[in-house]
Amino acid sequence: MMNFDYVRPANVADAITAASEKGASYLASGTNLLDLMKGGVSRPSRLVDVTRLPGLDRIEHLADGSLRIGALVRNADLAHDAEFARNYPAVAEALLSGASAQLRNAATVGGNLMQRTRCAYFYDAGSACNRRWPGAGCDALKGENRLHAVLGWSEGCIATHPSDFCVPLVAFDAIVEIEGKGGRRELPLEALHRLPGDAPEHETALERGDLIVALRLPANAKNFAGHARYIKVRERTSYAFAVVSAAAALRIEDGRIHEARLALGGVAAKPWRSREAEQVLAGAAPDTTVYREAARAALAEAKPSGDNAFKIELAQRIVVRALTLAAAGTPDRIAALPGSPFSSVAGA
Amino acid sequence: MNLPLSLTINGVRREIALDDPRVTLLDLLRERLDLTGTKKGCDRGQCGACTILVDGRRINSCLALAVSHDGAEITTIEGVGRGGELHPVQAAFIAHDGFQCGFCTPGQIMSGIGLIEEGQAGPDPERVRECMSGNLCRCGAYQGITEAVLEAQADINAGKQRRSA
Repeated sequence: MMNFDYVRPANVADAITAASEKGASYLASGTNLLDLMKGGVSRPSRLVDVTRLPGLDRIEHLADGSLRIGALVRNADLAHDAEFARNYPAVAEALLSGASAQLRNAATVGGNLMQRTRCAYFYDAGSACNRRWPGAGCDALKGENRLHAVLGWSEGCIATHPSDFCVPLVAFDAIVEIEGKGGRRELPLEALHRLPGDAPEHETALERGDLIVALRLPANAKNFAGHARYIKVRERTSYAFAVVSAAAALRIEDGRIHEARLALGGVAAKPWRSREAEQVLAGAAPDTTVYREAARAALAEAKPSGDNAFKIELAQRIVVRALTLAAAGTPDRIAALPGSPFSSVAGA
Repeated sequence: MNLPLSLTINGVRREIALDDPRVTLLDLLRERLDLTGTKKGCDRGQCGACTILVDGRRINSCLALAVSHDGAEITTIEGVGRGGELHPVQAAFIAHDGFQCGFCTPGQIMSGIGLIEEGQAGPDPERVRECMSGNLCRCGAYQGITEAVLEAQADINAGKQRRSA
């Protein structure tokens, strides 16, 4: 690991100043960043430790009915907050389907949003990777790529975004609050992560010095609490990243889907919201025929980036499964194996 | 660079002067404080052998910078027994053959203690397995590990009830 300066600022303004220097990086828990530094993938010359910044570890209910989650709230604390799990069950299920109990105890909300792709070629400093080294090429294109993107990829990069948490968040129109050199601004989470295009090294819309301070879930996200699930297929049942995942949430009234939300994980360089699928579902009676039609709409633009055509079919099946389980009703308690299609929960 | 650090480790306060910010909690414990019960397996947060409690919560010590944890209270496998008496999770691992080679065992036990403290799994073996998935065991002693955690949890919770009755 390359050596670095360690600074621990007392407030957000000092943190932004310290992180605005070239080569600086914010450090929260470090569960992803330290791993990347040990592999020589990230080589920051300065770490700005934000873990002691005051006021960023709170969950606040705002007057307009929205929920504000501080960037330093730990993943486990959020997922196990009883009121949070009741109001946003698909988000809690996504959190608990990710990583391990140890990692969830450490990892922060802001850090989860900022985690890097798990593409093996990005992680291997000896491989060509346009994210790490613009213009170097992409060894994944002709390598082991069965887990890579099927939507929104380019010849420059076929990596996927690894977060589970972000998938239901984009479905619910989550907002990211950012402090930077120009003051405070907001961004829909959907606009935070960028598709690779011809500049895969630009992974997010953040600029140097920008600090995510909070995440907001709008008031209407709670309306889906009765019919919301996160379903994730992994290569082992627990403690693995998604091959494909889906967050499905429905508002069912008088036997009809009044409103639907659908997003996919593991398919693109960002959490993938499908408004096309949501439009298919809106107004329809909840049944398998319409779920299949929605799944086709969600994957209509998909194409294999390598040895991964199976993911297009798998993603459609996971969409159907997530919608079926969401329509059956959110279970009283999160499944023993969160997000797993193999969990023994009624309706599965 | 000299980074002063104050940690309470297994109940003992330690004042440490770090000469390098790259030192993880794991390397601090093993290489500088001679507490080698905590094991280094993958060193990348994938195996759980380095699990310790920081402020009562189980984490991977290989992915935690020591300097960032100034003021923390740390419990390692060396600090869970009382005198000559084993912690209930340690005793249950012996009773249920929760190990073979023993390398992952300190991490498994610290993770089991953390799991019981979190109180999320309850008596469902499937939930216990899920909540222990961050600890790999190459010998495949998972059946005994699950039984040990379940039994120790029942003992600890029964003890708590007796005390509060």
